[in-house]
Amino acid sequence: MTDKIPVTVLTGYLGAGKTTLLNRILTEQHGKKYAVIVNEFGEIGIDNELVVGADEEVFEMNNGCICCTVRGDLIRILDGLMKRKGKFDAIIVETTGLADPAPVAQTFFMDQDVSDTARLDAVVTVADAKWLSDRLKDAPEAKNQIAFADVIILNKIDLVSAGELEEVEARIRAINPYAKVHRTQNCAIPISEVLDRKAFDLDRIIEIEPDFLEEGHHHHHDEEMQSVSVAIDGEVDPEKFMPWISNLTQVEGPNILRCKGIVAFPNEPKRFVFQGVHMILDGDVQGEWKPGEKHTSKVVFIGRDLNEKAIKEGFLACAA
Amino acid sequence: MSTGTAPSLTQNVTPLAAGAHVTGIGWLKATAAFALGDGGVLLAKDGESHRVEAHPDAGVLIAASDGERFVTGGDDGRVAVTGSDGSTKTLAEAKGAWIDSLAVNAGGAFAYGVGKRVIARDDKGREKVLEVPSAARGLAFAPKGYRLAISHYNGATLWFPNVEAKPEPLEWKGSHLDITWSPDARFVVTSMQENALHGWRLIPDKGHMRMSGYPSKTRSFSWSGDGKWLATSGAEAAIIWPFESKEGPMGKAPRECGVRPAKVSRVAFHPNTLVLAVGYEDGCILLIRLNDASELLVRPAVKDSGITAMAWDKGGKRLAFGCEDGQAGVLTLP
Repeated sequence: MTDKIPVTVLTGYLGAGKTTLLNRILTEQHGKKYAVIVNEFGEIGIDNELVVGADEEVFEMNNGCICCTVRGDLIRILDGLMKRKGKFDAIIVETTGLADPAPVAQTFFMDQDVSDTARLDAVVTVADAKWLSDRLKDAPEAKNQIAFADVIILNKIDLVSAGELEEVEARIRAINPYAKVHRTQNCAIPISEVLDRKAFDLDRIIEIEPDFLEEGHHHHHDEEMQSVSVAIDGEVDPEKFMPWISNLTQVEGPNILRCKGIVAFPNEPKRFVFQGVHMILDGDVQGEWKPGEKHTSKVVFIGRDLNEKAIKEGFLACAA
Repeated sequence: MSTGTAPSLTQNVTPLAAGAHVTGIGWLKATAAFALGDGGVLLAKDGESHRVEAHPDAGVLIAASDGERFVTGGDDGRVAVTGSDGSTKTLAEAKGAWIDSLAVNAGGAFAYGVGKRVIARDDKGREKVLEVPSAARGLAFAPKGYRLAISHYNGATLWFPNVEAKPEPLEWKGSHLDITWSPDARFVVTSMQENALHGWRLIPDKGHMRMSGYPSKTRSFSWSGDGKWLATSGAEAAIIWPFESKEGPMGKAPRECGVRPAKVSRVAFHPNTLVLAVGYEDGCILLIRLNDASELLVRPAVKDSGITAMAWDKGGKRLAFGCEDGQAGVLTLP
C-alpha cells in the first residue's frame, strides 16, 4: 500500500489572511506539489498547481447521528484527485470563513474510500489579531474554528498593541489551550509549522500539555466554549473507562468538538491513546511506557457548554 | 470458487499499455476507447493503438459512449468528443468546474453536471438547464426518449429537458451517488454514500426499494441484456439483484457470484447472454455464467492494478478493461 496523501485543512474567519497563508505555502521553494481545494477562485496567484473549486456541501450521514456530517463535495473531489495520483504530494483544503471545520475533519473518518487514500494532517486556523476578540463575541463560526484548531496563526499582530495581543491570545487560550499558536505578520511562518504536523496520528500524541504555561497572563473564561482536562495520577480500569468515554462522546458528541487522551491500563506495557471529533473516536494502544516512567492518565475535551463537574467525576471514577 | 482452478481465457487477452489510470471505456464499433487520468484517450483496434489528447494537461474524470461517439468530461471543465478516426473536439466548456457527471443518449444528445446545474443538449443542439437541490452527482438517460435521471443529496430528479412540465422529484434521505434506469424503464436505482442501493419503482406505485448489506460503496452497476438482473460492485462477490418481477428485488435474496478475498470494483454484463464480467480491486477479472456459476479467468490478480473500467462491445465478442496503474487489455472470445 502506498502512503496516504496528507491533507491540511485551512480555516479562518473572513479577512484573517487564509489566502495570504495559502499563497505563501504555494510560492515557497519546497519542491513539493500541492493539490488545492478552494471555495473561491481567482485569489490564488499560482497557476502551476492543481486547483479545484469546492461547493462546501455538508451532508448528514444516514445513521441517526446529527453531528455525523461530511463534506460530500470533498469525497467526490478526492475520488477524482486519486485518478491523478503522482501529480501532487499533498492536499490543502481551504474552507470559507463561515465554515464549521467538523464536517471536513469527519469526512476523513466517516468515508472509507477517503480514509483508505488520504489522511487528515492538521486543522490550521488563521485568526486576525485585531478583530478576533470581536468575532468571538458575535460569530459562533470563529469560535468553532479556534476550538477545532491544531495550529493557530495569530496574524496581523502589527495592527495591535502588545497589551491587545496578550488579551486576544488569552481569549484563544481560554477556548483552546492545546493548539500551537504562532504570532505572525502577513502570515510569515516556516511552512514546516503548518504542514506535515500529523496532528491526528495517534502515535504522534505523546503528551497533552497546554501550549504555554506562562504565569501572569490574563485569565479569561469563555462563557460558551471551553476545555476540560482531567488527570489521574495512575492507571484506569478499561472495563470502566471504555464504556464511559464511549457513552460520553455519544451523549455529549454534538457539544464536544475535539477530545484527546493518553491513559494507562493495568498490566498493559503500552499507552492507550485516543482522539476524536464530535462522536467519532479513534483509539489504540500506542508506544510503550518508558522504564521507570510514571503511569498516568489524562483526558482533554474542547467543546461547548461542557459539564466540567460531570466529566471530572466520571473520569476519576474510572481509576483502577 | 478459486481462480486457481478456473479455466483460463488469459491467452485470448491482448494487453495494452494505457499509461495512466483508466477512468472509463467505450466501444466505437470495433475500436475500444480508453479514457485516461492524464487527459488522453487511447483508441485501440486489432492490437494497434493510437493516443488522442482529448484533455491536454488535464484528466478525464468520466466517459460515456453511444457507440458512435466517445464523450469525456475532464477536470479542465470541458466536455470533449472523440471519434474512432482520432478526431477530437470540445462539445461544451464550464470554466473552473470539474465535469465528473455525464451521460449520452442515442442520436447525439448529451448531458453533464456543473455543481447544481445540469445542462442537457439534444441532438439538434438545443440546450436546456435545470438546477437541482444540491450538486448533481449521477446522470442517466432513460432507455427510450429524451428523459434524464439525476441523482443528488436526498434523492433524485426525473427531467424531460424539452418538456415544460415540472421535473419529478424522487425523495430519499441521504447522499445518492451513481444512478441507472432499468432497460424497461420501470425502475431507477441509485448507489448511496451509506453502502447501500436505493431504488424507486416508477410503475405502478412509486414504491421504494432498499438494497443494503454492502461492506463498501457500490460504484459500478450493470443490467443484464434482458433487464432481469442488476449486477453490482462493492462486496467481495458480485451482488446480483433479481428484477424480473413487477415488485423488483424486494423480499428476495440477491445472487452472489465470484466470491473471492478481494472487493469487486467493476461489473459488466454481456450484452446478450447471462454472463457477467467481474473486475476486482486486486486486478483479477472473471467471467461468470449465471445459470451454473461457472467461472473463466480473464486476468489473474496483479499488484496495484485494480480494475477501474470494463466494457463489452456491442456484439459481445470483445471485453475491454483498464486498471488503476495504466494497464489495459482486450479479451476476444474464442
